[in-house]
Amino acid sequence: MNMLILTPNLPDPDGFYNELIQAHEGLTKEQSDAFNARLILTLANHIGDRTVLTTALEAAK
Amino acid sequence: MRHPVVIVGGGPIGLSLALDLGLKGTPALVLDDHDGAGLGSKAICFAKRTLDIANRLGASQAMVDKGIVWNVGKVFHDDHKIFDFNLQPEAGHRNPAFINLQQPYFEKYLVDAINTAKANGAPIEIRGRNCVTALENHGSYSTLTVETPDGPYQLEADYLIACDGARSPLRDMMGLSFDGRVFEDNFLIADVHMKADFPTERWFWFEPPFKNSGQSALLHKQPDDIWRIDFQLGWDIDREKELDPDRIRARVDAMLSSQAGHVPEYELEWTSIYTFQCRRMQKFRHGNVIFAGDSAHQVSPFGARGANSGVQDADNLAWKLDLVLKGLADDSLLDTYATEREHGADENILNSSRATDFMTPKSEVSKIFRNAVLELANKHEFARPLVNSGRLSVPCNYVGFALFGEDTVGGPETTRPGMTCPDAPLGDAFLLDQLGGGFTVLAIGTDAQDISAHGIDAKAITIAAPCHTIKVRYLGDAEQAVYLIRPDQHIVARWANFDETAVKAALGTAIGKA
Ligand SMILES: Cc1cc2nc3c(=O)[nH]c(=O)nc-3n(C[C@H](O)[C@H](O)[C@H](O)COP(=O)(O)OP(=O)(O)OC[C@H]3O[C@@H](n4cnc5c(N)ncnc54)[C@H](O)[C@@H]3O)c2cc1C
Repeated sequence: MNMLILTPNLPDPDGFYNELIQAHEGLTKEQSDAFNARLILTLANHIGDRTVLTTALEAAK
Repeated sequence: MRHPVVIVGGGPIGLSLALDLGLKGTPALVLDDHDGAGLGSKAICFAKRTLDIANRLGASQAMVDKGIVWNVGKVFHDDHKIFDFNLQPEAGHRNPAFINLQQPYFEKYLVDAINTAKANGAPIEIRGRNCVTALENHGSYSTLTVETPDGPYQLEADYLIACDGARSPLRDMMGLSFDGRVFEDNFLIADVHMKADFPTERWFWFEPPFKNSGQSALLHKQPDDIWRIDFQLGWDIDREKELDPDRIRARVDAMLSSQAGHVPEYELEWTSIYTFQCRRMQKFRHGNVIFAGDSAHQVSPFGARGANSGVQDADNLAWKLDLVLKGLADDSLLDTYATEREHGADENILNSSRATDFMTPKSEVSKIFRNAVLELANKHEFARPLVNSGRLSVPCNYVGFALFGEDTVGGPETTRPGMTCPDAPLGDAFLLDQLGGGFTVLAIGTDAQDISAHGIDAKAITIAAPCHTIKVRYLGDAEQAVYLIRPDQHIVARWANFDETAVKAALGTAIGKA
């Protein structure tokens, strides 16, 4: 069974963080909320593992 | 006068139950406060499982002949199509995945089949304009007071089956509750008569672009050039005003002209406003009073799970009641009707609630995600399975329930104990035609004999040289298999070889005698 990774796993953390914030540049609050939702759904599909997703929903609380 | 079975309500559920019992030789009396088939515009969408049951009862051919077969659905968001789906049914089934047919026709064909069965001696009686107004429950039997145009009378029932619909007067007479969720929404339903050359497809809009059409809309074809149109109007509406024909026409005009480029000629056949709920009785059995269909459970119609699940209630109850009344099974077998069908109701309520929550997001964030799904679905295939405009009714299964036995084949998942038998071609007909309404021992690629246990006969059917489809659906990697099948065509158990002792034991399990 795959486990949710809760140890550092992102190469180039600063670069990713910057890109994430950049993606919201110029968006209204409403557009940002919609973008976040699309992003979560896109990533969730990529992960595709229900157990991992359930643990992630817990972990993010 | 004492009757073994009195069914209150001659809707689709009461009628199919009466027909099933009568064909087995068990007398059934139906009391209905109307005369003839029901009025009004209700169910239109009937699923394959319902047609398979109707086929067993000798009523499906007329339904399929009259009904409209459809496979393609289109989902729109605002003014653009996000995707198509195709329910393209697997080949090798007698019945299509779905037909659209007005509920009054569905009921009429059941009544026709009842009349045919009666002509052949089936002990069924339908009394129209018989309204049950009082119920006295004495435990082992009930006394009913019935109002008729010729005055009231009383009768007694060993088993009283309440098929009296969502507002069930019998449920109220017994002081039983009906709990669940009311969705704070109103749906305007308009059936319109028009000669349009729109394709036979289910068109569903989220946030439709045409004027004043609410949060969602649906267009779907029925027989006789009738089209079902739904508008989701929201909660705070003035019902009276919304039912004004001019106002309805304005909405329908906007929808149709957005598709046809002009307003086609049409007439309003039937209009109504519904509020939908998802709720069920805590227990479907109360001693000798048993609830089936909408009286026991109610769902919102997106997914076509109302009548389709109620017909499965009747299918489940008929053979059990028949065996109990013939003294071949203990009364406790009827408890399993309740456990199996309560499970079916929960499944339908879960699916309908989820669909309704997707269609009517209950919070700001839920709406943000809903619209994110719709936008992604437009661009990326991955998001399409998340779009929920109603998950269409599929057969209920009882995998893991008490009346089911062993699986020593390890064959396909779809034919595990608890599942319904999938259809398949057999000679120039179909497998399900052969199963009939009793217990069946089905031997595929091997031999079996008729068995008799607990006073019940199970007829053996042997398919020595199965076709490819039967192999795929019933054997998988196995060379051969033997199945025991219940009268409602659910699979009890399966083995690699015919072993009379094992089959008899499984039959005992299936009637609660293990
Ligand atoms: C707009 C709409 C669309 C729907 N679409 C679908 C669909 O596409 N597919 C689907 O499967 N389902 C659909 N449904 C649900 C479906 O209509 C019901 O699930 C179905 O009618 C239930 O059948 P029933 O026999 O349990 O009850 P009913 O059809 O309600 O019949 C109950 C009968 O009992 C009689 N009765 C009541 N009280 C008494 C009394 N005291 N004495 C004597 N008789 C009495 C009534 O007159 C009636 O004939 C839809 C419902 C609505 C409202």
